[in-house]
Amino acid sequence: MRQLCTFYVDDLYLGVGVDKVQEVIRYQRMTGIPLTSNKIEGLINLRGQIVTAIDMRTMLQLPQRPEGKLPMNVILHADDGGALSLLVDEIGDVLELEDARFERPPETLQGVARELIRGAYKLENKLLLIVNSDKIRTESVAA
Amino acid sequence: MSEEEVDPIVGEFLIESYENLDQLDQDFVTLEEQPTNRDILSGIFRTIHTIKGTSGFLGYSKLEALTHVGENLLSKLRDGELVLVEEMTTALLAMVDSVREILGSIETAGSEPETNYDELAATLSRLLDAEPEQKPRVGDILIEEGKATPEDIAAAVAGQDTGDERPIGQILVGEGVVAQKDVSKALSKQVSSKGQSAADSSIRVDVGLLDKLMNLVGELVLARNQIVQFTSSNAEAELVNASQRLSMITSELQEGVMKTRMQPIGTVWNKLPRVVRDLSVSCHKKINVEMEGKETELDKSLIEAIKDPLTHIVRNAVDHGIETPEVRVAAGKPEEGTMLLHAFHEGGQVNIVISDDGGGIPVEKVKAKALEKGVITPEQAESMADRDVQNLVFNAGFSTAAEVTNISGRGVGMDVVRSNIEKIGGSVEVQSTEGVGSTFKIKIPLTLAIVPALIVSNGGDRFAIPQVNLVELVRLDRGGAVNNIEKVHGTPVYRLRGKLLPLVYLDEVLELGRGSEVEDETDSLNIVVLVADNRQFGLVVSDIHDSQEIVVRPLGKELKEVDVYAGATIMGDGQVALIIDILGMAQRAGMLSTERDRARVDHQDDDSQLEKGDRETLLVFRGPDDSRMAIPLSLVTRLEEFQWSTIERSGTQSVVQYRDEIMPLIEIGDALPERRSTPRSGEGEGAVETVHVVVYSPEGRSVGLVVEEILDIVESSMDVQRPSSRLGVMGSVVLEERVTELLDLPGIVESLNLLPEPEPQQSAEA
Repeated sequence: MRQLCTFYVDDLYLGVGVDKVQEVIRYQRMTGIPLTSNKIEGLINLRGQIVTAIDMRTMLQLPQRPEGKLPMNVILHADDGGALSLLVDEIGDVLELEDARFERPPETLQGVARELIRGAYKLENKLLLIVNSDKIRTESVAA
Repeated sequence: MSEEEVDPIVGEFLIESYENLDQLDQDFVTLEEQPTNRDILSGIFRTIHTIKGTSGFLGYSKLEALTHVGENLLSKLRDGELVLVEEMTTALLAMVDSVREILGSIETAGSEPETNYDELAATLSRLLDAEPEQKPRVGDILIEEGKATPEDIAAAVAGQDTGDERPIGQILVGEGVVAQKDVSKALSKQVSSKGQSAADSSIRVDVGLLDKLMNLVGELVLARNQIVQFTSSNAEAELVNASQRLSMITSELQEGVMKTRMQPIGTVWNKLPRVVRDLSVSCHKKINVEMEGKETELDKSLIEAIKDPLTHIVRNAVDHGIETPEVRVAAGKPEEGTMLLHAFHEGGQVNIVISDDGGGIPVEKVKAKALEKGVITPEQAESMADRDVQNLVFNAGFSTAAEVTNISGRGVGMDVVRSNIEKIGGSVEVQSTEGVGSTFKIKIPLTLAIVPALIVSNGGDRFAIPQVNLVELVRLDRGGAVNNIEKVHGTPVYRLRGKLLPLVYLDEVLELGRGSEVEDETDSLNIVVLVADNRQFGLVVSDIHDSQEIVVRPLGKELKEVDVYAGATIMGDGQVALIIDILGMAQRAGMLSTERDRARVDHQDDDSQLEKGDRETLLVFRGPDDSRMAIPLSLVTRLEEFQWSTIERSGTQSVVQYRDEIMPLIEIGDALPERRSTPRSGEGEGAVETVHVVVYSPEGRSVGLVVEEILDIVESSMDVQRPSSRLGVMGSVVLEERVTELLDLPGIVESLNLLPEPEPQQSAEA
């Protein structure tokens, strides 16, 4: 059994392990960082902690978020490289799913998704894609 | 033996003993200066005594036996029966080392080592039988305390000699020189061994706790800034009062907590005399270490960070800097070399100066080495100032090879020294005179956590510039901006008090994409004059806000690649602002030229770095006959404009009064006959009202080179494509797709014999 924090990015239903998530907060004002990849959206002030926000839409090569729609922050626990925030469209439920429903991604999955998606949980009417949170930092600086 | 297997009692014994032994190293150093200091002697005695006691209890017989003889010697020293001589220090230091060795063996192997320490023990017991020492005399104590003068004591002693049977103290009281109570005090001091122990006035605190406190204070400063900003716009008398108090208390608290982390630099220095002592003995040199400003305090984390670079510089100075006694005597220097460590606070920074009176850095050898390693080109080698050459020892190209040690002296791992110091926001440079000695100057900030910074903005984004890099602020009105910013071929410069200041636009270097708006829409221009790596440049920003104390927060790993940022901070309104790394920004803007270019360890960048390392900034101007000519910008002191009418003649030489001296003017035509053109004239057709002059000041004397027009400043490869045999011309280069003659200005000045005693080895004091 695994507990997963789920969220939506464009039409994708994604999830990360609950143990990886520090908290989920609504949109925060951000400070842009010039000269960095466009996947890095900016810096937010999380009660004195400075967190780098990464746009999941850009990461996954999805179309831009519609104007006026503000993203939510899924803050991942700080490892030795500092905390990260994933900018997502909407937050879903926390799900508890048995391991049997998990399957590795198909070989035909290519590109950036191959690195970022660890696999999928087969739900009744859709698939929940599991994001490899360890890869986000490295992928965010990749060209 | 793994950690959980170590008996907790043994573990505690090890920790405690290591801690005490570290203290001992410092103590012995102090003792060499004050061999009779009882406080220190009894401190050392206690440490050894404790180790002896515990080791006996735990059954470590070798350790017990060794510390036992050491303790005996120390107890005699403490009681004043013996006085410390160098031989004893050596033996005691050897004992401390052996104790460490045994402890290390207990920690790793779980038992004492096989080594036999009998010989050392024998040495120690032999020293026990040395001549006893007299107790300090009452008279000396009184002099030391300033109660009596040496003359008073001498008079009293003379009195004793002529039959006065009273003790010295009583004679002095009788004469009314000192009070009875002072004599009693001196007597009790003579008897007792130690004053108040340090344990009564200090406690030990875990560094982790201090770090946490520091972080919390950082948070508090942020919260304070927010409240202050809020109250300034919503003024209600009581709230304003309360926030002012809060502000004050926070500042004091911040200062207090920062102080708890401050340590005197002496804690690092105290290890150095031992390093020097051991090293100089092994290289058969005699070196005396002097220290000034031991008490200068800086943050603990910085103390840790400078320890290795400092040791490295000192070791280098002993190894390569100071010569052997024979060489020194032959060179007319005292047999014993001197190394001076000097620390002091200046402008919110700590300065550490390490100087020696050794052989200095041989310029020619370094140059040869640099050429061989491809760090500089032959052309650069020609034009480099000695000082720049010597600073090449910090170049990465000098680091790896061990053979550098016997070829050029200094330079083994000096690039690591520099990068370690720069990592903590500091800088290092060397000044050296061959045969006289070398001086290393290190500048580091007091603390890293909270720094004063200037807040600037461009559009909506705010950036913090550490005040350390700030020189001055220049504000230009619309009219002034148009007149003073010369922007030829896209390289803008500003004449700051006549000196050329290269400009960098913040929006351009950060690719903010608002370039033109700044100039068009605002009626003024702000130039922040900054210094990085000893070079000044101007950063053009649209707005300058106030300066404030900012709390430096590290950036995530994903942002480390961008070396333009030193970190981030949280502003009063809760928003994040980036802190600019001025050195990184200057490099990105291509502001740091040629020999100062820091080579990166990154091997992928090797090719591009090499290419960049060959470049130099050139001043391009129009000479007679519409010719394009250039000289290295580093030779240019100033650019001036003179009215034609102010030019006078002295003999056949054109001169102009400039800065209270008479400056000779060189017409390019005089030096290059093939470029001779019709003489300029201030009258008639095509009259010129002003002359453009490039001021060049070798050895502090100025010479003016008359040019038609200043065209540009370009960064270019100095590779001469067509070397010239003509006097005064180094050759031709292609700059911006046009052939440009590279003038040999020092050569011209020399050939025209304009300056008295022209120095063949010209220096380029730009």
